[in-house]
Amino acid sequence: MSEQTTAPAGVTAAGDASVPMVRAEHVSKSFGSNEVLKDISLEVKRGEVLCLVGPSGSGKSTFLRCINHLEQVSSGRLAVDGQLVGYREVGGRLHEMHPKEISKQRRDIGMVFQRFNLFPHMTALENVMEAPTQVKGLSKAKAKARALELLARVGLAERADYYPAHLSGGQQQRVAIARALAMDPKLMLFDEPTSALDPELVGEVLDVMKELAKTGMTMVVVTHEMGFAREVADTLVFMDGGVVVETGDPRAVLADPQHQRTKAFLSKVL
Amino acid sequence: MSDSSAGRAASPAPAGGASAPPNAPEKVVKLRHPWRIVVAVLLLAAVAVFVIDAAQREAFDWGSVGKYVFDKRVTQAAGFTLLLTVLSMIIGVVLGIILAVMRQSPNPVLKSVAWVYLWIFRGTPVYVQLVFWGLLATIYSSIDLGVPFMEPWVSFPTKVLFNAFWLTVIGLGLNESAYMAEIVRAGLLSVDPGQHEAATALGMGWGKTMRRVVLPQAMRVIIPPTGNEVISMLKTTSLATAVPFTLELYTRTRDISVEIFNPIPLLIVASIWYLAITSVLMVGQFFLEKRFARGVGARPDAGPGPVTASMSAVEFDESDAGIAAKHGGDAR
Repeated sequence: MSEQTTAPAGVTAAGDASVPMVRAEHVSKSFGSNEVLKDISLEVKRGEVLCLVGPSGSGKSTFLRCINHLEQVSSGRLAVDGQLVGYREVGGRLHEMHPKEISKQRRDIGMVFQRFNLFPHMTALENVMEAPTQVKGLSKAKAKARALELLARVGLAERADYYPAHLSGGQQQRVAIARALAMDPKLMLFDEPTSALDPELVGEVLDVMKELAKTGMTMVVVTHEMGFAREVADTLVFMDGGVVVETGDPRAVLADPQHQRTKAFLSKVL
Repeated sequence: MSDSSAGRAASPAPAGGASAPPNAPEKVVKLRHPWRIVVAVLLLAAVAVFVIDAAQREAFDWGSVGKYVFDKRVTQAAGFTLLLTVLSMIIGVVLGIILAVMRQSPNPVLKSVAWVYLWIFRGTPVYVQLVFWGLLATIYSSIDLGVPFMEPWVSFPTKVLFNAFWLTVIGLGLNESAYMAEIVRAGLLSVDPGQHEAATALGMGWGKTMRRVVLPQAMRVIIPPTGNEVISMLKTTSLATAVPFTLELYTRTRDISVEIFNPIPLLIVASIWYLAITSVLMVGQFFLEKRFARGVGARPDAGPGPVTASMSAVEFDESDAGIAAKHGGDAR
C-alpha cells in the first residue's frame, strides 16, 4: 500500500518525494465546441486528500477523468508522479502514447465510480482478484490472499462469495474500493462515490475512505459530502463553469468563502 | 357472463356479512372464464377430427412413414443434417464474435474489413452463395503458390481438395457469421459502458477488457437469438443441395420419395426428424442460458451462488434485496 512502485528507468522525476503526485498546468478540455475545463492549474501533494466540489456541470468529474486519461486533455500539461499522462513530450511537442503504455500508467491510479461499476458476472472476491491476476500476472493464490485481506479491510470478508447484485449499494462501493486498492495504487480517484447511495449507506463508504486517508494515501475526491471534506480533506477546491474559483483549507473555505459563487453554492448544500 | 357472476358475488354481502365469523377469511367468488373452456373444447374437437381423418387418408400413407422413419438412409441423413448444423454454427459463432469485436474496435482497418464482409455476405442470398461454393473448383481449378501473374512454383488441383460436405459447411458458416456478427454486436452494445471504463481504469487493455469483462456479460443477450439461428440453420441445411451436397435430410428423403413415387410420407418423415432435432437443441439452449445468468439481478429464482445460498437465506433482509435489485437494474 504505502510502498511506491519503482519508476521505470529514464523517468527521473517519478517517485521523487519533492514532485507533487498530480500537477495540472493550464489544463483545458472541450467536447466539440463546449469547453468544460478552462485553464485549470492545481497540484496534489503526496499523501494529500483533495476534495473537488462544485455544482453539476462544473467540470470536476471531467477533470478527475483526465487524471487517468479516461478523457484526453485538449491543451495544457497533466502529470502524475512527474510523468505526463497519455503523452510523451519530445522537443516541446506532445506525442500520443501507445494504449499499452497508458494502461501501464493507469495501473498505479485507482478509480472509484459513482455507479460502482463492479463486474456483475464475478463474485466480490473475483472482482478484487481480476486486475492483479490479469494485469499484473499475480498467481491466483497470492491474489486471493491479498483480495481477502482487502475485503476484510473494507469490512466485507464474509461477503467474498456474493455477486454484486446480492450486495447493497454501500457494500458494492466498498468492494469497488477494495478492487482499486488491489493494484496497490499510489493515487486514488473518487468520482462522487456516495452520490448513488441511499442516505443511510453513505456513512459506511465514507468511513472506509477516512481509514484510507489515515494510511497516507493520496486521494482526489469529487464529492458533495461537505462534512467529509471538512473532516478529512487537506485541501478543498471549488469549481464552477470549468474554472477553479477558490482553493484552500476546507474548514476555512466552508466557514468563510471568499467568492460570491462559492457562497451561493454552499448556501444551497450546507 | 361476467356481469351476472359479479352480481352474485355482490348480492350476498349485506345479508351474509352479519352471519360470517369476524376473523374468517372472506370467501371471494373467483372470476370465471367460461369462454376459454368453450374454445378449448372446440379446438380439441377440431384436432380430433383432423387426426382421425388423417389416419384414414390414403395420401399420407402411414405405412410408408413407419417404414422409412428409421430407415438407415434417413437416420444417416438426419445425422448429416445435425453435423452440418453444428459445424456451420461453430464457424458462424466464432467468426461472428470476431467480426463483431472488429466492428467495435478502435482500429479503422479492422472496422472496414468487418463492414465489407457483412455487406457482401448479408447482401446476397445464401442459396446463391452455396452455388458459388459448389463452383469453386471450376472457377479456381488450381491453387498456385508463387509471385502473382508469374509461372507458379507449386500448383495443386482443387478438385481433390474440395468436397461437397466441407464446401457446404464453409458456405453456411460464412453466411451465418455475418448474421451472428450483428447479434453479438447487439450483445456488446447492451453492456453498460461503465464496465468498459472500470476495466480500463484498472489498467486492462482493450482486448482483455472485451474478453474478460464485456463478452461474458454480452452472452446473456446473445444466447436467445443465437438459439433462433441454430434452429434456422437446421432448416437452411436443406439448401445444401445447391452445392450440391445430397446426403442431408431433405434431399435424401426427397430422393427416396422419387423412388417410391410418393412424396407425402417422406415429407412427414423429414418433418418428424427436424422437429426431434429442434427439440433437443432447445433443451441445450435452456442450460446455456442458465449458465450465463450468473450474478444477474436479485431474482429469487436465480438465487445467489451455491456457496452463499445458505448464508444469504439467513442474513439477506428485504431492504438489502431491494437495493440490490435497484442497482442491478440500473447497471443493465
